Parts: sequence; C-alpha cells; structure tokens
Amino acid sequence: MRELSLHILDIVQNSIAADADLIKLIIREDIAKNLLIIVIEDNGKGIESEDISRVVDPFVTSRKTREVGLGLSLFREASRRSKGDMKIESEPGKGTRITAYFEYNNIDRVPLGDIVGTIVALITTNPEIDFIYRHVYEGREFVFSTEEIKAELGDVSINEYPVLNWIEKNLNEELRDLYGGDL
Amino acid sequence: MKSLEELRELRSKVQKDLEMRSNSERPKIIIGMGTCGIAAGARKILKAVMKEIDKRGLDVIVTQTGCIGMCEKEPLLDVKMPGKDRVTYGNLTPADVKMIIVEHVINGNVVEDLAIARFDEGGN
Ligand code: FES
Repeated sequence: MRELSLHILDIVQNSIAADADLIKLIIREDIAKNLLIIVIEDNGKGIESEDISRVVDPFVTSRKTREVGLGLSLFREASRRSKGDMKIESEPGKGTRITAYFEYNNIDRVPLGDIVGTIVALITTNPEIDFIYRHVYEGREFVFSTEEIKAELGDVSINEYPVLNWIEKNLNEELRDLYGGDL
Repeated sequence: MKSLEELRELRSKVQKDLEMRSNSERPKIIIGMGTCGIAAGARKILKAVMKEIDKRGLDVIVTQTGCIGMCEKEPLLDVKMPGKDRVTYGNLTPADVKMIIVEHVINGNVVEDLAIARFDEGGN
C-alpha cells in the first residue's frame, strides 16, 4: 500500500467483518519524539488469544484467517520497515485494538496520504457503523464523530451526497487547521 | 466539529429531495474492498463513482463487499439494476466508471467489454 490511509481503510474492513458497529481511529503525530502512532479500535467479536499470532501470518492456509491476516501482516511490515512495530490486543466478545508505531522521519515510512478519502469512503459504504476519528498533531487535536452528525441529521441518512460532501469539506478544514502554521 | 448549523440547513434540503424520490427499488453499485482491492485502487474507484452519481443527481445505493477471490481483476465493481442480473466489472480505471454509469446504470446496457461475470440473483 502506498499510503497509511489505505492500510487504515483495509484494517477497518477487518473490524467490519467482525461485526463492529463502533470503530475508533486515533492518529498521533509527535514530531518531538519522532513518532507516528495509529490506533484502530473496534467493538467487534474479537480474536481468540491463540489465534492472534496466526492472523498476522500471511502463510496460514485456513481461508478464514487468511482474509484477515493479509492486511494485518502488510501493516505490520510497513511499521517494521520504518523501525516501528504493530501490536494486536483483543478480547473475544469485546473487540480488538490494533496499534502501529512508526519512526516519523524514517525514509521508509509510508506517507499518511488521503485520510479524508478513507473516512469518507468508509461512511459512504457503511452508514450504519459509527466512526470516531481523533487526530493529534504536536499537542493540537480534533475529534470527528459520526454519532454527533447523525444526532444532528435525525431521519436523514449520513450517506446522502450533500452530507458526504459536507463531511469531506469539513474534515479537510479541520486537518488544515490542525497542521496550520506548521506547514 | 465546526459548522453544525450548516448541517442543519443541509438536513432540511435533503429531506425535501427525499420526499420527491420514488419508492421504487434503487440500482446498487457494490465496490470490492478486500485487501488487494484497496491496494489496486478501490478507493479511487469509489471516489469516481460518487462523483458521477453526484454530478448526475442519480438515486443509487453504493455499498461494499469484502474479498471475493478475484485478485488479478481488481479493482472490481458490481452493478445490480432492479430485476436484472448482477454484473461484475473488473480491471477498472476511473474513466471506465463513467462509462459504466452512463451505459449501464442510466441506459440499462451492460458494458460487455468490461464485464467479467454475471450472477442471476433471481431478480433481487
Ligand atoms: S480482495 Fe481482491 S481477491 Fe481478495
């Protein structure tokens, strides 16, 4: 994957396949510590502890685990290439949390890319799922929540085009403000 | 979140549009969002789909599906018109998306050059 935001789109697919209806994404950019952290957390059905090591193994033959494993092993590979690592925590019945660390200025660190595109794509095709996206940059942060938007919309679906366009515009503005002054 | 007032205005506008919408079954576009689909450009294809639908004011449901085991043909997109077979298109570019929407979704003709599979879903 050429962008971390594509890895994120892919990892969230695992949460969707695990029947999650609330998915949290946290992106933390800490330049002082030369660290980029991505956390994807869901309330899906989780992974049994004895299966955790197997899901990141791209050579596991069981078709069911391989579907989940391929994306996770690619994400782990991307983090390790930039002197980081990826960790999976999961509790069956409660959910799963994936945390990936990257050395921020590592030349092999894949760029974050079109994160707004990823969020909008997820909302478009999964209007019934709630997403919380928190982005921290140098101590500043913003939080985006589909629950908040749905409360405002009432009976209007979140994936109507005018609403999606508004979300896209709003997220772009939030990101610009977040990075503002530093870029 | 900023400008929630803007959202309130949008809401009443969308509600008016919804009232005018017919109750008949809507066409469906399904994007393959498995790992290799995403790596092959599924997000770009989805973006192109949204742009065309929005530009032409079409009433279409856009949804996603996971891995269907056709890696070498990614990115993939299916069109399901009401009462017709579900058609899978593969090896897509954003330009193909425009053609599929005009030819298949609007005019009702399958784009044979791009179609790679057809499923009878009993008219659903
Ligand atoms: S995601 Fe394309 S074949 Fe699996």
